Order: sequence, then structure tokens, then C-alpha cells
Amino acid sequence: MLRVIGKRIALLVPTLLGLSILLFVWVRNLPGGPATALLGDKATPEAVARINEAYGFDRPIIVQYLQYMGKLLSGDFGVSLQTGRTVTEEFATRFPATVELTVVALVFAIGVGIPLGYWAARHVRKWQDHFSVVLSLLGIVIPVFFLAFILKWVFAIQLPWFPTDGRQNPRINATHITDFYVLDGLLTREWDAAWDAFMHLVLPGLALGTIPLAIIVRITRASVLEVVNADYVRTARAKGLTEKLIRNRFILRNAMLPVTTTIGLQLGLMISGAVLTETVFAFSGIGRFLRDAIFTLDYPVLQGFVIFIAIFYALINLLVDISYGLIDPRVRVQ
Amino acid sequence: MTPNGTPRWKMSRRFAAITTSFAIGALVLSGCAESQRDNADGGGSGDAAVNSTFIFAASSDPKSLDPAFASDGESFRVSRQIFEGLVGTKPGTADPAPLLAESWEQSEDGLSYDFKLKEGVKFHDGTDFNAKAVCSNFERWYHFKGIQQSETVAYYYGNLFRGFADKPEKAVYKSCDAVSDSEAKITLAKPFAGFVAALSLPAFAMQSPTALEKYDADKVGGTAEAPVLSEYATKHPVGTGPFKFDKWETGQSVELSYNEDYWGEKGQIDKIIFRVIDDPVARRQALEAGSIDGYDLVSPSDTDALEKAGYKVVARQPFTILYLGINQKVKELSKLKVRQALSYAIDKDALIKQTLPTGTEKAIEFIPPSVNGYNPDVEKYEYNPEKAKELLKEAGYPNGFTVKFNYPTGVSRPYMPTPEQIFTNLSAQLKDVGIKVDAQPNKWSPDYLDRIQGGTDHGIHLLGWTGDYNDTDNFVGVFFGSEKPEYGFDNEKLFSDLAKARGVADLEKQTPLYQDINAEIADFVPAIPLAHPAPSLAFNERVDSYPTSPVNDEVFNEIKLNK
Repeated sequence: MLRVIGKRIALLVPTLLGLSILLFVWVRNLPGGPATALLGDKATPEAVARINEAYGFDRPIIVQYLQYMGKLLSGDFGVSLQTGRTVTEEFATRFPATVELTVVALVFAIGVGIPLGYWAARHVRKWQDHFSVVLSLLGIVIPVFFLAFILKWVFAIQLPWFPTDGRQNPRINATHITDFYVLDGLLTREWDAAWDAFMHLVLPGLALGTIPLAIIVRITRASVLEVVNADYVRTARAKGLTEKLIRNRFILRNAMLPVTTTIGLQLGLMISGAVLTETVFAFSGIGRFLRDAIFTLDYPVLQGFVIFIAIFYALINLLVDISYGLIDPRVRVQ
Repeated sequence: MTPNGTPRWKMSRRFAAITTSFAIGALVLSGCAESQRDNADGGGSGDAAVNSTFIFAASSDPKSLDPAFASDGESFRVSRQIFEGLVGTKPGTADPAPLLAESWEQSEDGLSYDFKLKEGVKFHDGTDFNAKAVCSNFERWYHFKGIQQSETVAYYYGNLFRGFADKPEKAVYKSCDAVSDSEAKITLAKPFAGFVAALSLPAFAMQSPTALEKYDADKVGGTAEAPVLSEYATKHPVGTGPFKFDKWETGQSVELSYNEDYWGEKGQIDKIIFRVIDDPVARRQALEAGSIDGYDLVSPSDTDALEKAGYKVVARQPFTILYLGINQKVKELSKLKVRQALSYAIDKDALIKQTLPTGTEKAIEFIPPSVNGYNPDVEKYEYNPEKAKELLKEAGYPNGFTVKFNYPTGVSRPYMPTPEQIFTNLSAQLKDVGIKVDAQPNKWSPDYLDRIQGGTDHGIHLLGWTGDYNDTDNFVGVFFGSEKPEYGFDNEKLFSDLAKARGVADLEKQTPLYQDINAEIADFVPAIPLAHPAPSLAFNERVDSYPTSPVNDEVFNEIKLNK
């Protein structure tokens, strides 16, 4: 197992190297440049030229890339052109917010998605099945930002049940230790702060979790259908085992493998969903910052953040691979 | 027993073990963590009748809390609460007024200024504010080095004082002398008539010399390619203003609290929270949901709805100009009669009524009325489509002509909230006199300014400017001070008149020069001034009044709340 993990981590190196080249070329070829964004109305051609010279954007792209990689190898991801803080610091302060949001979205997607998919499969071609399929289709076709907007309009503005934006009501004056606000509230026993932070996560979490939910429903349904008539299920039933045991041990466990893979892949996609959700809910995570960086062509942030996200994504998928072994002993043997 | 033979208690024991370990873990962790919250939330020692916490939505984080290294509106909004300059502005105008300096006198030769300072003022860290502190600030700016001098760092000092200690021949500043504790004498190397007015910019606010040194304010680290802000600029800004800095959580909020030792009026607010909400729609919704008390730059399409719903919408006195630029490199546009015809063809009142926010004023020249040198008697070109047609005929275009009309897309500026609508409105008006437009929409970022200011491939275009402080050169000098691809004309007389006016040290002598220049510009029609759009702010019903200022000199201790 360790060898497999080692190999996977080693494979990450050429992947990230390739990604860094692609990113660098892509980012530098976006029309315009950061100087225009930095200067705003004051962007006279001379001022733009001066900035480009000061930042070295006028040098050949190969030279810029080698300089960038040189620093990267010593762990220096550069400094945001817009905020003057290091890219690592910017990522570290915003990452907990996105993780909190993703966890809520994921809990929602898995918690509702797997039971719903199972329920649909067990009532295949009945109304329950049709209902779930239509629901999941809706989940896939409604754009995230639109759903976020509707949720916010209905449940935060028309019915003021949830907050409209941000991570926590600033009037609460909460203590922050880990920057995971819900956790911080629990740790410091500031229950109101924890509850408030959680309430801020509900609507964005629902918006972000809907697409993964829809996909999990469909995959669960399909893979349950595949195993539901398998020989071992029939045997188990013939042995007189209870329906609950058959469901947990024989059907769901075998059906979980493709579902787990999907969850791993969806986690990566959620980061792109977070860009939109975080914008609508003014939620200060990495998604919103990345969006700003795209608008202002903040090269170091764009490059650094995408690399961080890629590493995170690769690690998640490594964990998914490891979890196969836990779910299915056959994988361990192989 | 469960049907497969596992005892039920075994499963529940496993479950119990997991829950117990979680519970123990949480208890252990919470034992380590201590709530550091003070419970003086909102209440505070301010006016007991009102909620003294005021939440304002900012459109972005400040770039820097050290105003000398900032040039953007959101940084300055925060700076104005923490810092004060020698010079402020008269309420509701852009005219200089005493602040930390009680009065000033200019020497005969116009090169030195004696500032009498307010006595008994202290910085938030207890440092005395005196002539020594003033000089240490001036010397600090003058001695900026390397990357600090860059356009994106010390923008205002570089542009207005034109040079630093390493190139003294270019510099406007020469020296500062602490004559006594309460008197500072500043000597300039070159005349600068806008000097006193310029000092009202937050970039030239007085900062505590002790804190600047203690927190390495001048350590703009990193390399030339990537400046890193100092600890002072991110965590420890110290001024003399009514509010002290508490904390800045990037991407989320900046919090300030009242400075108990403030020398001036206290006001009702004990705590200001600037929340970062970058999306304009989200800002409006946050106001409607009650999570903020107010926000700036309300989009014109929202003002009516907000007012009807009972919110308070306040328009600032305009300090902007929106104009229709003309590129004289285009054959037709190089003729004066054609440019005059364009001026007569535009019904500015209709344009303002249909596309610009309430409070917008009609423009007859390129500076708003509150700026020195405004001349009410320039040629006004009142709307007259018949005259426009006649002039076109005289210029040799009886059937009109076709011209490229560039306008930006994907942008909303304070002087141009909806460029697409303004374009549509103007093109219809031009069409009425026979001028057909070839629409050239360009994305604002990154193409528009490049195309207009960097090349010659454009005809007429929309652009504008928001002034920084009361300085005529900051408007007309920026536009027409030298030959530019934006306008494509070479008018030596205008260029030299502008240079001459800029070099006059005495404001009283300078004002008539600018009045003449404004008349000269109106006759030459290098562009058509359209309007001075007024940016609006929106507040919830607990705000009775807000101290609007054309140059955004708005300090929150002057806000009046009713609950």
C-alpha cells in the first residue's frame, strides 16, 4: 500500500510541472495585463510600460518562467500584485472558509444523495424513481449561480431565515483560533458564534452541494441497480438475512466504489462552483479571491492558487484510492 | 442479537466509543482555547440611545492601511477615519480648511509655507503631534526609495511632488523646519499653487513617527517585482483621527473603534465595521436584509427602488466629468465646425435625465463648479440640431458622415455608470443631425484605455475622470496638457498656457488664468463635456444624516443616527 502511495505522490511531480507550464503560458497570454488593472483610470501607456518594467512582465516568457520556478522550488509563490501579501498567506487565510463550505456541501450531497439514489433504485420505474431522476436532472441543469441567487432571494431576503452574506455576523465579535469559524465557536464555547457561522454556511452549502448531489443520486442509483440482482445478493436473501443487513453489507458496500470515485471527482469540481457561490454570498474563500484575481490579472495569485488547488485535488483523489481498499478488500489483495 | 449473530451491544459499544472519544477530544481542545471576546458588543460608552456599531459595506479590501502608499478609494475611506492631515476640506466642498494646522501663511516668493499647528493633539499611541512629527512625515515621503517610488506604491507623492531625495533636481519639496513645537515651515523648491489643497489628500495625512519606526513602515519588502506591505501598513496604522484601528481580516472586514482621547467632536459611533462585499447586487441585498447600515456607489437603477422602500439615498456633490472625446486624427473631426456641430447636436439634459443618476449636473467645461478656475461664461453650445446641420453643411458635409464611436463594456465608473446606455442615447441624437455612428464596443479591461489612450484607431469615444482634490490641473492638465493619442491634436498655445498656469504659485493669480483656459478649451472643442454625474450612497432608516463630500472627505463621527 505504501508503495502505491509513494508512486502516486511521485507521479504528482511531472503533473504539477506540466500544469505550471500550461498555466504560465495561459495566464501570460490573457489579453491585457495586470498594469492596466492596477492603475485603473490612471493607466496611461507610459505608466503601464513603467509598471511592466518594474515587475519584469516585459521580459521574455521563458526568463519569467525560469525565475518563477526558481522561487517556487524554495517555496516562494510570490506576492499578490493587488494586495501586496504573499500568495501563500492569501491562500492560508481563505482556505479554511472554502473547506468549511465544501464540507457542508459535501455532507448535504452525500447525506441526501446516497439515500435518495438507493431509494430510487429500490423502486425502479415507479414514481419514487421518476421523482428522484427528475430531481437530479433539475440539480444538474440549474446553474450554480442562479440557484445561489434564488436561494438567497427566497430564504435570506423575502423570508429572513438565513444571513445574506459573509461568514459571520461581525456584531458577534467572535474569537478566531483556527479560522474554521464553526469549529472556533465550539472550541471557545461561544455557542452563538458557532451557530451564526453555521447559519452562514447553510445557503451557500446547499447551492454548492446541489450538482454533486444530483450526480451522486444518479451514480448511486445506477450502481445499486447493478448489484441488486447479483448472485451474492440473491444468496444472501435465500439465506434469510434481513433486508437491512442485505442493504448495508451486500448492496451498498458493493455499490459504493463508483460512488466514492464520483465524490472524489466532485470535490474538485466544487472548487469551481465555489467561485460562483462565494461571489453571490460575499463569502471570503479562495473562490471569490480567484475570481478577483482573474479580473485583475493578478498573475502570481492565479498561478499559485491553481497549483495549490491541484495539489489539494490530487491528495483528495489519493485518499479516495486508499479508501477503495477499506471499502473493498479485493483491492487490497491486488 | 442481530440476525447475523453479532450481538447488538457490540455495535452500539463501537458507536459509543467513537462518540465518547469525539466528546473527550472536543473538551480537551476547548480547554486549551479561551474565548477572548469582550462583551461590550455594540453598546459601548457612546450615545446610549443608539446602537453605536456602524457597519458599512466596502467594495474591496483596502490596498494598504498606510495612506502614503495607497491611492484607491477603499483605502482612503478607512484612512480618513484613522488619520488627519494638516489640511482638511470645508464641509460639502473641495476647498481647503484647517484641520491639524489651525492656519497657514505663504511667503512672499510663494515657496515657503508657515503652518500653525493645533496644540495638545496626540497620536493614538500617545506620541505628541507637533512640528517635529510634521517634518518627520514630510522627510519620510521625500526619502522614499526604490519600489516605494513606484506608481503603484507612493502614487500621489510621486505625481504631485514629482521627485524624491535621490533626484532632488526634479523634486517640488525642499525642506521642513520645526520652528517651534507648534509651528512648521515647509519650503518648496518649485512653485506649486495646489500645495495646500493637495495636503487634504489622505496620502499626506500625519502618521505617528513612533509607530512608523516601531513597525517598520518603510520596509516595503520583497523585490522590485513584488513589493510586500510592511507590518505597519497591515496591522498598526497610527494617526490622530477619531477612530483607532482594531483589526483587519482580509476579504472580510476592517474594524475601528472610537479614540477616547480624540481632540474633536465625539459623535455617536463607537465602532465602525467595514465589511467587504464586492458584488454591487450583494451590497444592496445586504442593506435590505439589515446586515449593513449603508454602502457607496449605489447603481442608478437601484436608487428609485431603494428610496421607495424607505432607504435613505444620498447623492454626493459631483466631482467628476463625463465627456465625449474627439480624435482629431480623423479627417472630418479635425475641422472645428464639425466639432462645434457635434456639440450643438447633443441634448445634455435629455441624456442626463435618461441615463444618469439623480443629482447629476450638466457640464459646460471639464471641471466641476466646485473647482478653482470654473468659468460660468464659456461658450455653452445649447442644444440646437438645426445649427448643427448648418455647421455640417458649411464644413462640407451636407449629408453628414459616418464616424467610429468607441465605448467601454463590462464596466461601471462613478462618472459613467452605464456606458452602453449613454452610447445608445448619444448615437440616436447624432443620427438626428445626420452623423451616423459605427459602434465600437471594447471591453474596459483590458482593451479600452489601451485603444483610446495608446493608439489612433478610434473616432469619438466616452471617457471621464474623478478628481482627487481641488486642483484644476488635475482635470484639464491631465486631459489637454500635452499632445495625446486620445485627442490627436497639437495646440501649442493651449499646452503652454496650461504649463504657465501650473507654474503660478499664488492661487489668486492662478484662478483667472484657468478661467481663460477653460474659455479657450470651450472654443477649441477638443472634446465635449457632457455631465458631472453624482455618485450616491444608500443607508438604512436609522441614519439621519451623512456628511457627504465631493472629494469623499467623509468622517464617520459626523454621522447622525436616530436609533
